Amino acid sequence: MSVQMRCKNVSLGYEDGIVTEGLEFTVSKGDYLCILGENGSGKSTLIKAILGLKAQVKGDIEWCGDTKKNEVGYLPQQTLVQRDFPASVREIVLSGCVAKSGLRPFYSKEEKALADSSMKRLGIDTLSKRCYRELSGGQQQRVLLARALCATSKILLLDEPVTGLDPKAQIDLYELIASLNKEGITIIMVSHDINTAIKYASHILHIGSRKQLFFGTREDYTKSMSGMEFLGTQEDENV
Amino acid sequence: MSESIEKLVSYFEFPFVRYAFIVGLLISLCASLLGVTLVLKRFSFIGDGLSHVAFGAMSLAATIPVMIKQAALALSRSGELSPGVQGVINFLGGLNDMVIVLPVTLLCAILLLRTGQNTRIKGDAAVAMLSVGALAIGYLLMNRFPSGANISGDVCSTLFGSTSILTLKPEDVTLCIIMAAVVIVVYILFYNKIFAVTFDENFTKATGVNAGGYNLLIAVVTALIIVLAMNLVGSLLISALIIFPALAAMRLFKSFKSVILCSAVISVVCAAFGIISSLLFSTPVGSTIVLADLLVFAAFSLISSLSRSKQ
Repeated sequence: MSVQMRCKNVSLGYEDGIVTEGLEFTVSKGDYLCILGENGSGKSTLIKAILGLKAQVKGDIEWCGDTKKNEVGYLPQQTLVQRDFPASVREIVLSGCVAKSGLRPFYSKEEKALADSSMKRLGIDTLSKRCYRELSGGQQQRVLLARALCATSKILLLDEPVTGLDPKAQIDLYELIASLNKEGITIIMVSHDINTAIKYASHILHIGSRKQLFFGTREDYTKSMSGMEFLGTQEDENV
Repeated sequence: MSESIEKLVSYFEFPFVRYAFIVGLLISLCASLLGVTLVLKRFSFIGDGLSHVAFGAMSLAATIPVMIKQAALALSRSGELSPGVQGVINFLGGLNDMVIVLPVTLLCAILLLRTGQNTRIKGDAAVAMLSVGALAIGYLLMNRFPSGANISGDVCSTLFGSTSILTLKPEDVTLCIIMAAVVIVVYILFYNKIFAVTFDENFTKATGVNAGGYNLLIAVVTALIIVLAMNLVGSLLISALIIFPALAAMRLFKSFKSVILCSAVISVVCAAFGIISSLLFSTPVGSTIVLADLLVFAAFSLISSLSRSKQ
């Protein structure tokens, strides 16, 4: 297993203070890492740091081997702007190639072919001319996932991908992500749904308030205390 | 009917009418291109804010020579201006207003678009603050240091652009054509980047594209268009040129490219229609164009709601 990313003693925070500190973990090729934590524990800040959108306060995030910093495909949480954006599915998927096109004003044939094949891979090729804002939530997520696949073939970073989807669409999306992982794409997913994390992930990173509670394989996590506690609280909430 | 056509033909024999027509169409085209991006990025009001800043800057440009003259008069004992001071005043008066208006507006555009969401004063509040602030300062300056006899006339034409479009000189037209060409070329060359930044800034940044740079580009081009459009519709109505064609096109069209093309067509057609009817019925140019845009928007909304209720 070749290591793709290494996080060394990373502290995250804003001007007003540290949100979380001492994060230590590695991601290897083909891993499915699920980042768990309650609201405000710094999950989103960690995502931003991994993507290079926001610098960490302390520590290093290293990219190893053939993976570079900007080769991460990102599936962000949906913004208000996107919900009524007049654009066709193909236009959006193609925009995943924007970094590849560099200063060239138009997309090349290869980039267009890549967009078409990513749409096929996610089963949305029949929607290519449809307007994004008229799609269902699950279809919209597939479109954004196809765009992320245009940006990378190595590592995907998903920020709470199932938020706002109905249960059926949630399961479909999780299965889709799992099948991409089986094809060899590394997955890093932020979630607060521990049950799916345990079902699909190979590794788990659990961030508590201000510090890292757990990093390791799923098997170790289910045995550990922090997992038990988190499982327990979730079950309480469900009652 | 033939009578009005004859009337139009006779109007178009005047060069200043042709100039106004060319400049009007070009400005509307540029405004509509940027409009789609600005509306989608939730920056519809930036046009309004910046145009008021441009109004303030324009008042400043008009009153600086007057201010210097008054100060010099107060300071000199003889009550007469020394030739040196007179020379400075003449030099400033002879400068194109653009020299002051363009840099000030550019600066404000960059400040407004770059600060984004994480500032202490949120985007919409910042726009509102700048807009009314500049308006107040501009009007105050014009009142305190009047450059002409007719203050309310000056203010009115700056706000509503009523006459200045018909007093364009050939240099103004050349400048306008060059700026419009620059805007259109930049837009076509960076079309894919502008789309990506508009749809999802974070994703674009994460893939390693300099999204901040493209935001800056959008800000600069917006400021350019606003300064250009001041002549056409005046500073109060510029927002209409920017947002109406974009909103109308978004009602009916479903892909980004078709929305852009449609909004450009709407904008040019409305500008042509507005200028021609303002000549025929002697209405103010700016407000006639905006009225045409408004009617198209209403028609498109109606069509879209009719087609939706059919489904």
